[in-house]
Amino acid sequence: MNANMTIIGGRKSKTALEKTMKGIFIVCGVFAIVAVLVITIYMIYSGAPAMFTIGLKDFLFGTEWAPTAADPKFGILPMILTSLVGTGLTILVGVPIALMAAVFVSEVAHKRLAGIVKPAIELLAGIPSVVYGLLGMIILVPQISKLEALLYANDPSHTFTGGANMLSGIIVLTIMILPTVVNISITSLKAVPNEYKEASLAMGATKMQTIFKVQIPAAKSGIITGVVLGIGRAIGEAMAIILVSGNVANMPALFNSVRFLTTGIVSEMSYASGLHREALFSIGLVLFIFIMIINIVLNTVLKKEAAANEK
Amino acid sequence: MKKFVTITALIVCMVFAAVGCASAPAEESSAAPSESAEASTETSASAESSGEALSGTVSMSGSTSMEQIANALKEAFMAENPDVTIDVQLGGSSVGLQDAESGKSDIGNASREMKEEEAAVLDGHTIAIDGIAVIVHPSNTVSEITSEDLVKVYTGEITNWSELGGEDQPIVVIGREASSGTRGAFEELLAIEDQCKYAQELNETGAVKTAVSSTPGAIGYVSLEALDDTVTALKVDGAEPTEEAIKAGDYALSRPFIMATKKGEELRPEVQAFLDFAMGEEGQAIVADNSLITIS
Repeated sequence: MNANMTIIGGRKSKTALEKTMKGIFIVCGVFAIVAVLVITIYMIYSGAPAMFTIGLKDFLFGTEWAPTAADPKFGILPMILTSLVGTGLTILVGVPIALMAAVFVSEVAHKRLAGIVKPAIELLAGIPSVVYGLLGMIILVPQISKLEALLYANDPSHTFTGGANMLSGIIVLTIMILPTVVNISITSLKAVPNEYKEASLAMGATKMQTIFKVQIPAAKSGIITGVVLGIGRAIGEAMAIILVSGNVANMPALFNSVRFLTTGIVSEMSYASGLHREALFSIGLVLFIFIMIINIVLNTVLKKEAAANEK
Repeated sequence: MKKFVTITALIVCMVFAAVGCASAPAEESSAAPSESAEASTETSASAESSGEALSGTVSMSGSTSMEQIANALKEAFMAENPDVTIDVQLGGSSVGLQDAESGKSDIGNASREMKEEEAAVLDGHTIAIDGIAVIVHPSNTVSEITSEDLVKVYTGEITNWSELGGEDQPIVVIGREASSGTRGAFEELLAIEDQCKYAQELNETGAVKTAVSSTPGAIGYVSLEALDDTVTALKVDGAEPTEEAIKAGDYALSRPFIMATKKGEELRPEVQAFLDFAMGEEGQAIVADNSLITIS
């Protein structure tokens, strides 16, 4: 900017600057919308045809995935169920742990200890997902394999997975969603007005009663946001779980080798051709629709929640 | 203002969508040539020195397993001889050999040994050999397996190493993803297409090796070139998985890649040139690049 520009003298250039900046902001804003629209259009454009070639019912509810067989089968029900059950169990296990950890850091822990734990959790969020997968493969999978050998020692009908199964996948996913849920929960717990806590304690409630009956309910909407982001991370994760979950399109069970929607795409994309390739795009579309539905449902819940709180 | 933004957004969208559609097929086709680009630069010098200008079309049809190597050779050859068009059709080994016999295509690609009646009317030119090693964890006490047992392991009939003379531990059957060429070859050689009961399907040779080397009860298969000392390769039907054993015809899990032409007919110069190219030094370099065993 011109150094000897005065308020009056600079008016012309200032309006120009204002206008340019406004233009830049519009372009940036539009860019996000364009990206979403282009992705949506492209997903439908490339994913929908194969779905109808295969037949919607055979595709979504078929239980067999054998894309290169002489009589190819493109049923993705095992993958859909695996993704849903896997994500559900991850949330079921992960959210309570994350919430307790958040309570610990924001309310229970000594300030200095909290000062160590919080950055550690934040650091956890920055670790690339493939590293989680590698560590899971090297450290977790052999242990799960021992557990599996112990549990199924006398069961000849069980296909041994060598530890690469849904349980391993869920454990890795649980660790992966922790930082997301913990960080947001800490922020929202800290945002609860101190008067609530003081009032509750003054009424004679214990510290734990205050935390569970006053502070957590007051921070509910923030915690739910964290959970939503956690679900998003869990259902969309591929790199970490491809290394630990065995990757065979079986029905979900803890000790079955399973294939998630995401890993289904990743594992076969490189060599697939023709209808097989198109079917992989269709899986992408299904995953995309799932995430859309989750977002929409939870957004509506959150909005209702917020509206109820305001009243 | 709002209207303006909406309209701009829509226009940009349409442009992006159009660009997206147009570029998709181009991307697909660009993937293949990049592999062979390296080879073609090496070979271009020799073509110039020979000085002859070949032209015409060479048609090939047959094995899907040979698609990759056939296309790699095609790209390299066409870079050297721009006037020759090579057409690679798929359909399976038997179809390829029939096409070569009937004259429908100049070359029939087969990823198996020719049968007697086929060999009677066709000249087979082996351009490469595909070999697969069966690998287990280094701690495994089993050191060899028969191909019948291998079939039983992969179809889920044998589930414990004790049945094969090893320790009492469950077998973890590891394989490749559905579209993998190694998986296709393995299942085809053992005639167990679409019958395998895998415990893990991994999408890379390296991943199979890592999984096998970290799981004591695991069994897996990789291309022969990928073998190293993190895993132990089993003898199959008494033969070690080595290039020598494969070339001697002792090792069961191998197959030749044959380009067959009709017997008793003078080959057109461009067809002969292509076969010479495939079996020559440059062609064999491409064969090695595609992790196949060279014929030399």
